[in-house]
Amino acid sequence: MARISYMEAARQALAEEMRRDPLVWAVGEDLGRGGVFGQYRGLVEEFGSARISDAPISEAAILGASVGAAMMGTRPVVEMRFSDFALCAVDELVNQAAKARFMFGGQTRVPMVVREPIGMWRSSAAQHSQSLESWYAHIPGLVVACPATPADNKGMLKSAIRCDDPVVYMEHKNLWPLEDEVPDGEHLVPFGVARTLREGRDVTIVSWSAQVHVCARAAETLAQHRIEAEVIDLRTLWPWDQETVLASVSRTGRLLIAHEAVQVGGFGAEIAAVTAEWLGAKVRRLGAPRAPIGYAPTVEDAVRVTEAATVAAVREMVGR
Amino acid sequence: MSETPRRNIDIARLRAHHLTMCRIRALEEAALRGLGDKVVLGAIHPSIGQEAVAAGVVGALRRDDILLSTHRGHGHTLAKGASSEAMLRELFGRVGGNCGGKGGSMHIADFEVGMLGANGVVGANIVIAAGAAHAIKLKGEDKVVCCIFGDGAINRGPFLEGLNWAAVFGLPVLFVCEDNGFAATTRTASMTAGGGPAVRARAIGLPAEEVDGNDVLAVEDTAQAMIAAIRAGGGPRFLHAKTYRLTGHTGVDTAPYRPADEVAARKREEPILRAADLLRGAGVAEAEIEADRIAAEAEMSAAYDAAIAAPFPGPEAAFLDVQDVGSPALGAF
Repeated sequence: MARISYMEAARQALAEEMRRDPLVWAVGEDLGRGGVFGQYRGLVEEFGSARISDAPISEAAILGASVGAAMMGTRPVVEMRFSDFALCAVDELVNQAAKARFMFGGQTRVPMVVREPIGMWRSSAAQHSQSLESWYAHIPGLVVACPATPADNKGMLKSAIRCDDPVVYMEHKNLWPLEDEVPDGEHLVPFGVARTLREGRDVTIVSWSAQVHVCARAAETLAQHRIEAEVIDLRTLWPWDQETVLASVSRTGRLLIAHEAVQVGGFGAEIAAVTAEWLGAKVRRLGAPRAPIGYAPTVEDAVRVTEAATVAAVREMVGR
Repeated sequence: MSETPRRNIDIARLRAHHLTMCRIRALEEAALRGLGDKVVLGAIHPSIGQEAVAAGVVGALRRDDILLSTHRGHGHTLAKGASSEAMLRELFGRVGGNCGGKGGSMHIADFEVGMLGANGVVGANIVIAAGAAHAIKLKGEDKVVCCIFGDGAINRGPFLEGLNWAAVFGLPVLFVCEDNGFAATTRTASMTAGGGPAVRARAIGLPAEEVDGNDVLAVEDTAQAMIAAIRAGGGPRFLHAKTYRLTGHTGVDTAPYRPADEVAARKREEPILRAADLLRGAGVAEAEIEADRIAAEAEMSAAYDAAIAAPFPGPEAAFLDVQDVGSPALGAF
């Protein structure tokens, strides 16, 4: 165990996997200088510029070339810089990477990790702040991972690199400096297994990525109001851990899903629908209003799902 | 049409190309027959009249070289070595098709022969091909990737991105623009600014050549020289092969948007007739030339009969090969 940052955890994961498997390589803009956020710092010195490869600002080529390289037996880790920019490569991800195995009748696999940092981060405005995870959860063939902690950013990135499916790996930009204990060496977090970070009998709160930390703080506040909230970090949106969520809601009878992404068509809707179908439980969603994200802090904060909003929603559900 | 005088024609080589082109033509005609018989269920995009590009370019590749093709890719796939019966089974959506009946005409792939897929999205194969070549370079292999796309693809972003990528990384890939003059049902020239495919490729730093795409020996000679340069580590090359699509965009497009005399004139220049003329000129007997056509038609006729006799895949195939993690449950409904 060592106390390291969310960013350093991912850097260690990639370095360990590259040492273990010579077919793993990373490609994206500015990687030779450590990447836009520093998450590749020092790696080119160890692995060389062929395996920690710079790329032109050509999102379609970065992603599309990685599809070809993956079909030829290598395991690319693709850096898209911002999930917003990955929209320039939606054909390559959705029509090509996600479908090659199926439409070619199982003749190939596309083992690639597509790193798409998400989320609001210091007045980054409308084209550098979005949380688009639900888009990819909708696409058969893709795995969607949204780590919330340093330990998970190590264990989930290692699992993503070893996965034979294309994995959309969405780190939250605001979590880069977050520090916590991270296991050394071989630490693998399986996909589709949620993490219950707090147990409680009154309500189940499901979230993922940075919003998990907002929910954890809300749960502390709720405890002062004698409301015991169970908080579940979903970790992966596809596959998502229905068993853990449904088991929790069957005990608490109430479910709140909170996410930073726009509420309309967000993944919270899917979780709410499944829970209602199976348990008929009382469900509620908290997501952003359907508005672009603004630059000014006041405008940015106006669409943020806050701790206060989470507390208020739960108190209304519980009735105290 | 008069041929450029050519000394020392390799008759065996030309004969092999002639047979390949006859096989492609017969396969396309079988596919069109399947469309009429309602056993080809989805859209097909025939390459009738363009067979010399498939035979010449793919004929210059090694068996372990890699090929990526387009929605109009039956000829390329057959030339790379895919089985005609497996291809017709795929077009008919049957068990034993190259993709188990799950891809159809636009997603035919045969990884056993290095054919990494047709593609339903114009130009999408260009960046994938660059990446396949990137992997070859990373692994230190001496394979070459050949990426064939149409003239319409040069107006898509991945054309710029893929060619630049291949040039910057010095990758072993031959880009082939199979220019049949039409982007779907629109004349490509009317929607394309500048000097065309080769000019664009040269602007990105790729050595580029133009070739008469209906002259199979010229296509093969040019492709062969380029592939040798690529295999020797010379980086990517670009071949612009000019041909003409004798059919419509799809199997049901009668192409009323072009004058009949234009089509009639181009029919006289189609590549199989030209190869046959060359063979005759070199002293090959008419019966031998005719034997290629007969053999090709017999092969496709037998393949057709076998393919229509094959069953459709069971509905469980809908849930197979989606993904390892989070795969849909069999019989999810």
